[in-house]
Amino acid sequence: MNTHLLEMKHITKSFPGVRALDGVTFDLHPGEIHALVGENGAGKSTLIKILAGVYPYPEYDGEILLEGTVRRFASVRDSEQAGIAVIYQELSLVKDLSVAENIWLGREPRRFGVINWEELYSRAQKTLDELHLSIDPRTPVRNLGIGQQQLVEIAKALSQNARILVLDEPTAALTESEVETLFTILEGLRARGVAMIYISHKLDEVFRLSHRLTVLRDGRAVDTNATAELDEPGVIARMVGREVSQIFPEATHECGDIVFEARDVTVEDPSVPGKLLVDRVNCRARKGEVLGVAGLMGSGRSELLMAIFGAHPGRKSAQVLIDGRLVQISSPADAIQHGIGFVTEDRKRYGLILDQTILKNMTLACLRRLSGKFVTDEDAENAAAQDSVNDLRIKAPSVFTIAGTLSGGNQQKVVLAKWLLTNPRVLFLDEPTRGIDVGAKQEIYAQINRLAARGLAIILVSSELPEVLGLSDRVMVLHEGRVTGEFTRSEATPEAVMSCATGHVRQAA
Amino acid sequence: MTPKTTGRLKLRTSALRAYTMLLALIVIWLFFQWATIDPNHPYGLFLGAINFSKLLQQTAVTGVLAVGMLMVIVCGNIDLSVGAVVGLAGGIAAMTQGRGIVATLGAAILVGLVIGAIQGSLVAYLNIPSFIVTLGGLQAWRGIILKLTKGATIPVELPVFRSLGRDFIDPRIGYGLAAAVIAAVIWSNLRRSRARRRHGLQALSGGAMIARIVVPSIVVVAFIFLMNQAGGVPIPVIFLLAVALAGAFLTSNTTFGRYLYAIGGNPDAARLSGINLKRYVLAAFCLMGALAGLASLLHTARVGSASPDAGTLMELDAIASCVIGGTSLMGGRGTVFGTVLGALILASLDNGMSLLNVENWAQYVVKGGVLVAAVGFDMFGRRKG
Repeated sequence: MNTHLLEMKHITKSFPGVRALDGVTFDLHPGEIHALVGENGAGKSTLIKILAGVYPYPEYDGEILLEGTVRRFASVRDSEQAGIAVIYQELSLVKDLSVAENIWLGREPRRFGVINWEELYSRAQKTLDELHLSIDPRTPVRNLGIGQQQLVEIAKALSQNARILVLDEPTAALTESEVETLFTILEGLRARGVAMIYISHKLDEVFRLSHRLTVLRDGRAVDTNATAELDEPGVIARMVGREVSQIFPEATHECGDIVFEARDVTVEDPSVPGKLLVDRVNCRARKGEVLGVAGLMGSGRSELLMAIFGAHPGRKSAQVLIDGRLVQISSPADAIQHGIGFVTEDRKRYGLILDQTILKNMTLACLRRLSGKFVTDEDAENAAAQDSVNDLRIKAPSVFTIAGTLSGGNQQKVVLAKWLLTNPRVLFLDEPTRGIDVGAKQEIYAQINRLAARGLAIILVSSELPEVLGLSDRVMVLHEGRVTGEFTRSEATPEAVMSCATGHVRQAA
Repeated sequence: MTPKTTGRLKLRTSALRAYTMLLALIVIWLFFQWATIDPNHPYGLFLGAINFSKLLQQTAVTGVLAVGMLMVIVCGNIDLSVGAVVGLAGGIAAMTQGRGIVATLGAAILVGLVIGAIQGSLVAYLNIPSFIVTLGGLQAWRGIILKLTKGATIPVELPVFRSLGRDFIDPRIGYGLAAAVIAAVIWSNLRRSRARRRHGLQALSGGAMIARIVVPSIVVVAFIFLMNQAGGVPIPVIFLLAVALAGAFLTSNTTFGRYLYAIGGNPDAARLSGINLKRYVLAAFCLMGALAGLASLLHTARVGSASPDAGTLMELDAIASCVIGGTSLMGGRGTVFGTVLGALILASLDNGMSLLNVENWAQYVVKGGVLVAAVGFDMFGRRKG
């Protein structure tokens, strides 16, 4: 028996103008979980796409050996038949089909072209049983949560007799208990001899799960080690190519007068009348202050900001005061008018127009200010965008680069630039570092501190507790739409904040 | 260093696509020119002044509609009713002839505008999909034509109205217009270079500047010269050029245009950036309506009468022009230049095949094939790029 299940040797892949992979060598033993980490743009996805046949054989240089024999995948199908299954970050299930239909999609048991439904469901049930999943195979996938959908994807991969399972950021959208379920299942699979390549930004998961760890940086494999011999700072240093002594730059903010205040913010669920997503929340922020908003998924954090910004689709009520004066905000245009900027979560969905240029994305919210009311001033836009690119150190060939082609960190900076160009006095940041690499995160953190120092009032929503604690002067905790606690920087310990986030109300001191 | 890369990147994406279109048009023209060679026309008939003038007149109505359609498609919608609106507005214009030319022209534009406002409001404020609203409109407006005209064809009687579709502007005025356009080109280039310096951007080199002035000037003069060989620039063509220029300005140099692309590209991001989606979608439909009104005038004047079935299937030609010109039906992508080029390609196929006496059935098949092929090439190019 060969000790290597998979070997990828000297893989090189170039795109026009960029060498995405430069002689990367990577291998996988049977029954091992091999973590692949690296900043965005390090080449992880490219490597996986070559393995998966997305970039078919002659488009790359190097060799792929499966159990010692050279394989040249001409298509995704080839790769699947060789026992390689990739579970991408964006799930690829058909939402309106049932779990069983999805698992066997394209391979339905049939006779003369007619589907044998009994067989289909019983086979699906068997696969689900093997994974100890209590999901009814007849349920439409739409009705499942993201976590369960992911498990269905894994079931699908197993039904194809996958020997190598590639997981790309599998926990990005999962709750903690879903992560636990996933890990149990992955352990089970590993015990059955399935080898896995595990890609994640979350180093704690990587350390918990993986046997070996390979770091990619700028298209090269830095090194491969047994995970047990590594520690987190060491891995981060390999990823960024420098020692990250302090992720959160020490900064104390000079806080001035109260610039922003919202009273009695109440938000109704647009699809469930009467259900309150946010219930009489008050919050305020001073000039130069960072107010962190912590809370679990579904605690109403994003809805709070959306409602204040005039962008919540359902019923809501709120009193917003800017500089102590009551203002009427019934649309995002009003909010911008009153000096509120909103770096929304999910940049691809809410932040960017992916197939437009950096320039057009940056100036979208401030077009009227830069230009006349009607005729645009291309040169003023050009100059403003150029300045933002320099200011925020956005890595792009020019301001005419299409936003969708940028890495996640740079895309996020474009969204930030868009809002800074509106000259806000109050800046909302919703998950500003979701899915971006460590280096870019640090740059965003530094920006946040710089903006606070410039006198902006900042409200920061994040699911990453260290981020909230590391940046905020005050922390407000939400649980099911209500404020359960408020802390100053020195009082805010992870334990205390977490306790409020899970529903324990902090008694006012 | 940076400006250089910029130029190259730009060429790779949108400009490259426009040049391919232009190349396709030239190939089509050369083919027809070659195919129409006969003893009487040793160099071919197709690109001769008289036929070329006719070709452009044929493009005018579709082109005007297509520019309006572009705006509607760019913001993520579609308008299937424009053919019926052309019929209705043309019919009402013909019925208003007794009240004088101003009322006649005004009536057509107003009818288009009102219909655009109604359909646009239903789409923007009641969230009914534009496909449905305008599919309903297609039938309803055609029905109203039948009611108003009682199924009769109304002849165009006002001479001024008729001349709108059939006459030419005086050759001397043509040269006057050319001079005005050249002056405008020079002025805008000078202003542009001053603005670039003011914003601290690198100014264009002298050579580039001269090219940006000389090339358009030569094209304009050559065009007027050619048209004057055939009696002057046809009036409908003047309208098409004016609409195309205004449309190009509107889409690329105004906040309105930018917002349309943003809305079509990502409505959520546009909304959160403070753009009032409803207002701009409504505006796009109003503009489309008004342009359909204008197109109805050109069409009615050219045909010489308003018949109840006037304009039938024109919506499809307008949509096809946009699509051949590289407009994405998903919204967010497309240019006026490409769209007018698309209209010109469609009209060239029509005109050329008629000259060659290609049978009717074959003309339909060819036009359908070209539409699908154009999008096919686009998809192929995009996947590779």
